[in-house]
Amino acid sequence: MMWIQAKRVFKAAITGFWRNGVVSLSAVLMVSLTLFVIGSVILSTALLQSSLEEVKRKVDVNVYFSPIALEEEVTVVREQLAAMPEVSEVEYVSREQALEEFKVQHAENPDVMRALEELGENPLGAALNVKAKEPQQYAAVAEYLAANYPEGGSIIEEVNYNENKTAIERLVEMIAAGKALGGAIAIIYVLISIVIVFNTIRLTIYISRDEISVMRLVGASPNYVRGPFVVVGAVYGAVAAVITLLTLLPLTYWLGPFTYRFFASTSVFDYYISNIFSIGGILLFAGILTGAISSALATRKYLK
Amino acid sequence: MMIHFDRVTKEYDEDTLALDDVTFGVKPGEFVSIVGHSGAGKTTLLRLVLAEIVPTSGNVFVDKVVLHELPRKELTKMRQRIGAVFQDFKLIPNLTVAENVAFAMEAAGQTDEEIAEDVPHVLELVDLTRKANNFPHELSGGEKQRVAIARAIVNQPDVLIADEPTGNLDPINTYDIVQILRRVNELGTTVILTTHNKGVIDSLGKRVITMEGGRIVRDDPHGRMAM
Repeated sequence: MMWIQAKRVFKAAITGFWRNGVVSLSAVLMVSLTLFVIGSVILSTALLQSSLEEVKRKVDVNVYFSPIALEEEVTVVREQLAAMPEVSEVEYVSREQALEEFKVQHAENPDVMRALEELGENPLGAALNVKAKEPQQYAAVAEYLAANYPEGGSIIEEVNYNENKTAIERLVEMIAAGKALGGAIAIIYVLISIVIVFNTIRLTIYISRDEISVMRLVGASPNYVRGPFVVVGAVYGAVAAVITLLTLLPLTYWLGPFTYRFFASTSVFDYYISNIFSIGGILLFAGILTGAISSALATRKYLK
Repeated sequence: MMIHFDRVTKEYDEDTLALDDVTFGVKPGEFVSIVGHSGAGKTTLLRLVLAEIVPTSGNVFVDKVVLHELPRKELTKMRQRIGAVFQDFKLIPNLTVAENVAFAMEAAGQTDEEIAEDVPHVLELVDLTRKANNFPHELSGGEKQRVAIARAIVNQPDVLIADEPTGNLDPINTYDIVQILRRVNELGTTVILTTHNKGVIDSLGKRVITMEGGRIVRDDPHGRMAM
C-alpha cells in the first residue's frame, strides 16, 4: 500500500512537472537564479578567505641578534620560540646568509658595498623570522622576547614588532571586519534566496489551488494531494542545482585569470573544480530542501 | 447511505442566512431533485453533505453519525463514498480523461489492476471510450460533464451529488446527462441533484424539494417544477 502510494506520488509529480512545462520552467529558472546567488556567495567567500590567508602569511616578526651572539644562543631562542603554542614557523637566518642577502639587496649601491669592504668583517647578526598562527598572536611573541631578552641589553639587538605593531593591528581589524562583512552579506543573500524560492513555489501552487480543492473533493487524503507537489518542489530544486553548477563552470573559467591576479594567486576556476562535489552537494541540498519545504508549507493553506 | 438534516442552519456571516432550520431525509437509492432560485440555499445544502462546510447549528447525519464531528481521516473515507459533480466540471486540467477518472480510484487506494479494469468500463458507461486520452480542454461541455460523472461513480459511491450539472449545457447534452444520472440511480446509487431546469425535473418524475430563502417550501414525492 505504502509502496503503491509512493509510486503514484512520484508518477504524478513527474507528469505534473512535464505537463506544466511553462510553470516548471519559470520555477526552475527562479530557483536557479537564487542558487546561483548562493553559489557565488560560496565562491566569493572562499576567495576572500584565501586572500586574507595570503596576506596573513606575508606578516612576520623579525628578531635581529647582535653580531656577537653565539649560534648556540640563537638556537636556544629559536627552540623556545618554536615551542610556543602561538608560533607556527621560525626561520633561521645565519650571519652569513644575512650578509649574502644584504649584498644582493645593495648590489647597485657602490657606497654601501665599499663601506662593507672597508669594514672587513661581517657586521650583521643572525636573525629569526617568526610567523604566528594568527596575526593577533604576535603581541604575545614580542612580550615573551621582551621579558626574557630585553632589547639591546643582551644578545638580541632588535625585535621589529613595535615598528610593525600598528600595521599588524590594522590587519587584524581588517581581517575581522572582512570576515564579519562577508558573513553578514552571505547570510542576507541566502535569506533573500530562500524567500524568493518560497514565494516562487507558492505562486506555482497558487496556480494549482483549484486542482488541489478538486483532488480533496474527489476523496484524496491531504498527504496524497501534497505528495506530488512536494516532490515537484524538490525536482525544481534538483534541476536548478544542476543548471547552476553547469552555468558556474564557464563563468568561473572566464573569471579565473582575473581572480588569479587580484586575489593573491587564487583562481576561482581551480577552486571551483577542486570543490565541485562539495559545492554541488550544498546547492543540491539547498535546492531540494527549500523546494520541498516551500511546497509543503504552501500547499498547507489549500488543504485545510 | 442514509442522509438526514436535523434543524440545520447555516450563516456565512451575520447578515447572510443561507439555510434556515432545514429538516429532511434522503433514503438509500432515492433520486431527489432540489430546485429553487439562485441564493435559495441549494448549493449550501450540498456542500454540507460533502462536509466542505460545517453547520452553524443543527446536525447533518450520515448513517446516524454526525458528519462534521468525524475526524479528518474518517471524513476522507466518507468522501470516498460520496461522488460529486459540479456545474463547472472541476476536472484536473493536466490529466487526460482516463487519468482524471483513475485519480479518484488511486486516491481511494485501489490497486493498479482494479484501475485498469474499472476505468474503461465506466468510460464506456458515459460513452467516452474514444476520448480516453484527450485532455479536458479538448472536450465539449457535455463531454467534460460525462468525465466528471465517470469520475464520481467509478468508486461505486453510495451517493452521487450533482450541483447544477446541466447548468452550462445545451438541451441535447442536458438530456444525455440526465439519462446517465438516471441510469446511475437505477444501478442503486442515491442521487441528489440541484437544478434550475424545469424540463429536467418534469422529465424525471421523481421527488422534488423546493427551496426558497434558505427554507424548504415544498417536498413533493413525484414533483413537477412549481416556480
